Amino acid sequence: MGLTLRSVGKNAALTGGGAVPADRTVALAGNPNVGKSTVFNALTGLRQHTGNWSGKTVVTARGYYDYKGRTVAVTDIPGAYSLRAGSAEEEAARDYIAFGGADLTVVVCDAGALERNLNLALQILELTPNVILAVNLMDEAKKRGITVDTEGLSRALGVPVIPMAARKKRGVEELRAAIDGFTPPPFAYTVRYGEDIERAAGGLELTLENVLEGRLGARYAALRLLEGDERTLRAMEEHLGFDLKSVPEVASALERAKAELEKAGVEDVADRLISGIYSAATSLCRECVSGGSGYGEGQLRLDRFLTRRATGIPVMLLLLALIFFITVKGANAPSDWLYALFERIGGLLSRALTALGAPAAVHDALILGVWRVLSYVVSVMLPPMAIFFPMFTLLEDLGYLPRVAFNLDSGFRRAGACGKQCLTMAMGFGCNAAGVVGCRIIDSKRERLIAVLTNSLVPCNGRFPILIALITMFLVTSSGVGGSVLAALALTAFILLGVGATLLISRILSRTILRGEASSPTLELPPFRKPKIGEVVVRSLLDRTLFVLGRAAAVAAPAGLLIWLAANIRVGGTTALAAVTGAMDPVGRFLGLDGVILTAFILGLPANETVIPIIIMAYAASGSFEGYESLSSLRALLTQNGWTWVTALCTGVFTVLHWPCTTTLLTVKKETGSVKWTALAALIPTAAGAILCAVISHIFG
Amino acid sequence: MKSNLACLGEGSGAVVGDIRALGELRGRLMDLGFTPGAGVRCLFAAPSGDPRAYMVRGSVIALRRADAALVGLGARGA
Repeated sequence: MGLTLRSVGKNAALTGGGAVPADRTVALAGNPNVGKSTVFNALTGLRQHTGNWSGKTVVTARGYYDYKGRTVAVTDIPGAYSLRAGSAEEEAARDYIAFGGADLTVVVCDAGALERNLNLALQILELTPNVILAVNLMDEAKKRGITVDTEGLSRALGVPVIPMAARKKRGVEELRAAIDGFTPPPFAYTVRYGEDIERAAGGLELTLENVLEGRLGARYAALRLLEGDERTLRAMEEHLGFDLKSVPEVASALERAKAELEKAGVEDVADRLISGIYSAATSLCRECVSGGSGYGEGQLRLDRFLTRRATGIPVMLLLLALIFFITVKGANAPSDWLYALFERIGGLLSRALTALGAPAAVHDALILGVWRVLSYVVSVMLPPMAIFFPMFTLLEDLGYLPRVAFNLDSGFRRAGACGKQCLTMAMGFGCNAAGVVGCRIIDSKRERLIAVLTNSLVPCNGRFPILIALITMFLVTSSGVGGSVLAALALTAFILLGVGATLLISRILSRTILRGEASSPTLELPPFRKPKIGEVVVRSLLDRTLFVLGRAAAVAAPAGLLIWLAANIRVGGTTALAAVTGAMDPVGRFLGLDGVILTAFILGLPANETVIPIIIMAYAASGSFEGYESLSSLRALLTQNGWTWVTALCTGVFTVLHWPCTTTLLTVKKETGSVKWTALAALIPTAAGAILCAVISHIFG
Repeated sequence: MKSNLACLGEGSGAVVGDIRALGELRGRLMDLGFTPGAGVRCLFAAPSGDPRAYMVRGSVIALRRADAALVGLGARGA
């Protein structure tokens, strides 16, 4: 999934691979946005990305810790409101809790919304009594005047209940101890659904107990059969290896139970079950929770300000422009400094190679090929990323992104898409591959496909620096604060181009090949949380910046070598690169680009970060370019090769709208399981970019 | 036509009555806490007026107007 240390960290392993033998296996369940990932980190000491929006955990991650000499394996499963699965994520959560075979399940709850959280906890208790309740966010709830009597709750439920404030590391040791000392409880709370349902379920339960032989909770299975939840029944069949309803004694017991229900006048069993669980949750909360509405006046004022007609959209655009302003302004000096540093080290390396008697070709390939591309990628990529990521993560931690999705929902609704697509789009700013995986939070299959196909229409962080470079070189040439403001606005305009294209193409898709009615998204708006600034900076630097940079550098170094070879080895009076760029030239010109730029985008397929260095190298190889001493001198090289602001504009548009990188395409293939959709994911943005570039170049060119 | 959640003005509260949604949405709404008898309050609306955010059982849930119209309102204290 790309971006996080969780997928690369040494203690982490995605389920399915690299399992470490453990003495105890724990499943970590909970509603979305209750700090489940924070508890996971606190338990396993493993850093992974945690964000303040619903449905962030899109893969099942596993971590380990040792406690008193025993190894405990913790699996962080996707957030779910219920075991009645809706989205693909919730289905994964249900399957893991129900059939994953963990020794015990820790249900993380939000102390501020315990009633809703107990809905899930009580459903899980129906499945297994081996449960520990971790009531998290106690501190936040307390601030809002809510107190939870965890001891009383524990007595009522019959299972351990641990109060926690995982962000402050409170309750973590207690949870570890509770996991270590856990023994199956002699009594665990059971929701009673009323005499009519209990009588019908009772007989079925007895029959099932004999058939299931402890492989699955009989009461859980009986209730699912009675409510006729087909999706869960199919999952049960897969797990058991047979269809329960095909067992004669179960079938006849089910018939009897249904007849009994009919006689008692029970019409909708599913409704009765949900209502029953909620009335149980309500009465448990009445006993154990006191005070507070969970949502204060301050929150309400802030929410109204951020979503009101007059201020909602302007504030959003201003915030975006502000982030870009800080990024552009702040990245300038460190970029120049890094570039100069790399040049100086390059000079030393060059002298060292010469002193060692390396042949000229080897020297040039290493210094002019590998080192130059590497130094460009690092000096141009690192500063904007190191500034942009922490700021973006702060907004994420604060809980602002769901408000953006809320504000933009009507746009997505008119496009026949899901408002949550806004969240996956935001993930795309970080990395389109991560955004594509994130689309799992969208319930409707049709809308999920729309979100997958359009994700790469917003520029990922590999493409931001290209845009920044183009803007500062050609589109906004004035310097100083005014220049930075204009540059930030220009960057915002490019982003809006991406967002606009996302809406337009989503709309076209939902009127053509993905026709259908907009589904009904339900989006939770979590309370605002004060971000822990230090942690955010460290986490986004470590988890995202360095990882993304490492990936870019790993691609850039060999790419630099290859391109240098292609640009310098002459066959029949011309170089391979010149031959290719020459062939591409007519198409490139038509799009307001040229052969070199188009070739660079094609060669940039593994990582867009290499596009600009490839352009530079291709031009430099064909001319006599010496001015490498600073970034601004690159402008001279581009101008020499016929660049105007129109070229820069078209290149910028094409940067936003062209085929996604290979990682993203592979992810699309994996997520959709279809070559056709993968091809479309490449074709759609390319077509959009080509059309727009051609139009621009014919108007201004 | 009985009153429904979509008619609830910003800032006013009510009690959930019958759920008229069918299929998956019905289960999802109920799982989020929109069950008969639950207290609900309309907090704020998006710039276009749709969706709106509702407080139900301690959390804030955004619903599109067409979906909110499928949540009936009951008499207070029902």
